[in-house]
Amino acid sequence: MRIVKSAKWRAATAIFTLAIASAALAHTASAETVLRIGMTAADIPRTLGQPDQGFEGNRFTGLTMYDALTMWDLSSDTKASVVIPGLATEWAVEANDKTKWTFKLRPGVTFHDGSPFNADAVVWNVDKVLKTDAPQYDASQVGVTASRMPTLLSARKVDDMTVELVTKEPDSFLPINLTNLFMASPTKWQKLYDAAESADAKAKSQAAWAAFARDASGTGPWKMAKFTPRERLELVKNDNYWDKARVPKTDKMVLLPMPEANARTAALLSGQLDWIEAPAPDAVKELTQRGFKIYKNEQPHVWPWQFSRIEGSPWNDIRVRKAANLCIDREGLKEGLLAGLMVPATGTFEPGHPWRGNPTFQIKYNLPAAQKLMQEAGFGPNKKLSVKIQTSASGSGQMLPLPMNEYLQQALAECYFDVQFDVIEWNTLFTNWRRGVKDPSANGTNAINVTYAAMDPFFAMVRFLQSQMAPPVSNNWGFINNPKFDDLVKKARQTFDPAERDKALAELHAASVDDAAFLFVAHDVGPRAVSPKIKGLVQPKSWFVDFSPVTVQ
Amino acid sequence: MLAYTARRIVYVIPVIISVALVCFLLVHITPGDPLVAILPADASQELANQLRVAYGFDRPLPVQFGLWLWKAVNGDLGTSIATGRPVLSEVMRAVSNTVMLALAAAAIGFSFGLFFGLVAGYFRNTWVDKVATSIAIAGVSVPHYWLGMVLVIIFSVQLNWLPAVGAGPGGSGAWSWDWEHIRYLILPAITTSVIPMGIVTRTVRALTGDILSQDFVEALRAKGLHETHVFRHVIKNAAPTALAVMGLQLGYMLGGSILIETVFSWPGSGLLLNSAIFQRDLPLLQGTILVLALFFVILNLLVDIVQASIDPRIKRS
Repeated sequence: MRIVKSAKWRAATAIFTLAIASAALAHTASAETVLRIGMTAADIPRTLGQPDQGFEGNRFTGLTMYDALTMWDLSSDTKASVVIPGLATEWAVEANDKTKWTFKLRPGVTFHDGSPFNADAVVWNVDKVLKTDAPQYDASQVGVTASRMPTLLSARKVDDMTVELVTKEPDSFLPINLTNLFMASPTKWQKLYDAAESADAKAKSQAAWAAFARDASGTGPWKMAKFTPRERLELVKNDNYWDKARVPKTDKMVLLPMPEANARTAALLSGQLDWIEAPAPDAVKELTQRGFKIYKNEQPHVWPWQFSRIEGSPWNDIRVRKAANLCIDREGLKEGLLAGLMVPATGTFEPGHPWRGNPTFQIKYNLPAAQKLMQEAGFGPNKKLSVKIQTSASGSGQMLPLPMNEYLQQALAECYFDVQFDVIEWNTLFTNWRRGVKDPSANGTNAINVTYAAMDPFFAMVRFLQSQMAPPVSNNWGFINNPKFDDLVKKARQTFDPAERDKALAELHAASVDDAAFLFVAHDVGPRAVSPKIKGLVQPKSWFVDFSPVTVQ
Repeated sequence: MLAYTARRIVYVIPVIISVALVCFLLVHITPGDPLVAILPADASQELANQLRVAYGFDRPLPVQFGLWLWKAVNGDLGTSIATGRPVLSEVMRAVSNTVMLALAAAAIGFSFGLFFGLVAGYFRNTWVDKVATSIAIAGVSVPHYWLGMVLVIIFSVQLNWLPAVGAGPGGSGAWSWDWEHIRYLILPAITTSVIPMGIVTRTVRALTGDILSQDFVEALRAKGLHETHVFRHVIKNAAPTALAVMGLQLGYMLGGSILIETVFSWPGSGLLLNSAIFQRDLPLLQGTILVLALFFVILNLLVDIVQASIDPRIKRS
């Protein structure tokens, strides 16, 4: 009898324990997973489709909520990130008119508001930044978009799933440029426009965009859930995302602007965040000691000195340019000052990149060779070459501008350079960059230190090397005028087979290295520190990252 | 009293107009492109010119100032270049967060400042005075952003007692006065309170010592008044000056601290100014400075009126 009672008791206990365990498991299975990220931006990048705050904006409020016709492959941390189909499945330039492109659109894609993505939506989104009389035209989105696709002229619907894009001139870079044009929902915007209370169409348009930014609708893998301006943006996964392989594995992502590196680090260490962008270099050691993981990879970013090439510039002598490039111990800079958070630059693109080419001039640290070149150019211990560099004390992508420049100053002193600096505020430097060395704002300097993104051939090379890109047109600050560069740019732009175009770009890059067109110093590595709870993160060789495979355990 | 108040209000109007003019000119004469937030350096000149016209930066400065001031008088401070949101709503949201922080810091700073000041004043040249004065000097001298970082390292990173950054688990938009939210206020409020605490301590100490050495205090004691009554007289005599100092300190705190708010990612006017400066967002910068200056002027006006109501000598002068 007692045995029976005991057996019943054990059975009851087992059932009860099983029930509790099942409930706990069910709770665990249904618990919402949240990824909390501290950004370096001082504000949430704009959420209306065309983010501000540079590529950090695209990373967090562009590629998350929106898609473009073409997109970057962010799946590998070893190969160069290349352009792949996005909302367009294929594209081709017209055989007889190289200014006309046909893009076939991906069927079955819907915006977060449920409206369909089609050719009308593409035309509408092109017009929002190019057609000044379109109701949805928004000047605030033009600067960050039109400048990144400088030759795009217009879009025309061919049928529901086909659009024709027209460029000002033959331009094989268009599919790469289009990664910057994000598709916002015209249906959603129109509803907001109709609801806006104003007699003035322009005011209604502005009100509609402001409302759209608060309640965005794209086609991306993440949907806007809650937005508190300047404080936080909450995104939730889009279960209906068209690429099932990229449906996020985390339920919610919270983005917090934190411009101060120490504040970000403290928030991570105290468990308030799971992930921070750009930890302070001096905090890296402590973070790794506490079990946090540092992710970094070579970025398409260059920290250079851009030389003046106008008459009388000391940099007109190629021996001087080469000597400067050979005089820098980049490994010392990396291991010492930057705690490993850089990649030594031997050009704009490093070996393994399709646009690298085969330069004959090998950029490395070779002090005797550098000194020899300087002596051949007529300089020595008793006859220093004075150069003056315009730089900033801080700035987006500038890494540690003053300490890095001081490092270069000391290094170059060994090669008979006397380096002086003109240190100005970042935005002013950025503005001066457009004005060029001939402008009074250059203040007698003969090189400028402004970092640049190198994701796209135009941004990486064309705007600096082509003579027509001299100010006020674009960023050929030093007025480089080399017919070989001009010919190679033209060749690359007019070569429409992707593999052949890449070869032409590699040729242009090799020519720029052989000419020592810049003082190539470093590539940023986009460091981020993440909690050990975070799994599945792939850090590609890109400014961007795919949040979809990331899990929080 | 009414005539005095009206006169003080009239004096404020030219001050506000001057502040508006100065802040407009300051942000416009600094070098750099006002459209840098939305115009990449690689944008064409044609595009740059097109946007300059769209935003009205092609007009002469006096015209721009006139338009801005007229709109400001009508409650429209324009829209932020960087975000496209109305400046007034941006500023008011930030100011409300800064007011919350400033009031919390004032409560801490003024109460401790008064306590230390009175104690030091009553026990002049004793060890009690030396301790209180040392605390006051440290409060005024210590770089408060450094103190903020130290507090974060101790209470957030090491002890994990309080959050390091932010204004609540769901942001300031979801603020409520419960422990879960107040936790976020403690460290920034303590850090902000340190300077006013030091200044109030030193002021009150000097005032208390000065008043206690006056003849009327001796007379009160000779009359056999209880020390509590004497203390009331001391407080009454010290109040106008102490109040003026506190008002000024509150004004400074209401302006927000760029450094403290940046260290704690507290979404107040200091952080907003920081953002506006770095993004070169001129409408936001002008609007924020103007609203903060208005706060400061109005607060000073209130302090003057309160002082005058407490101390009749001020009205007469």
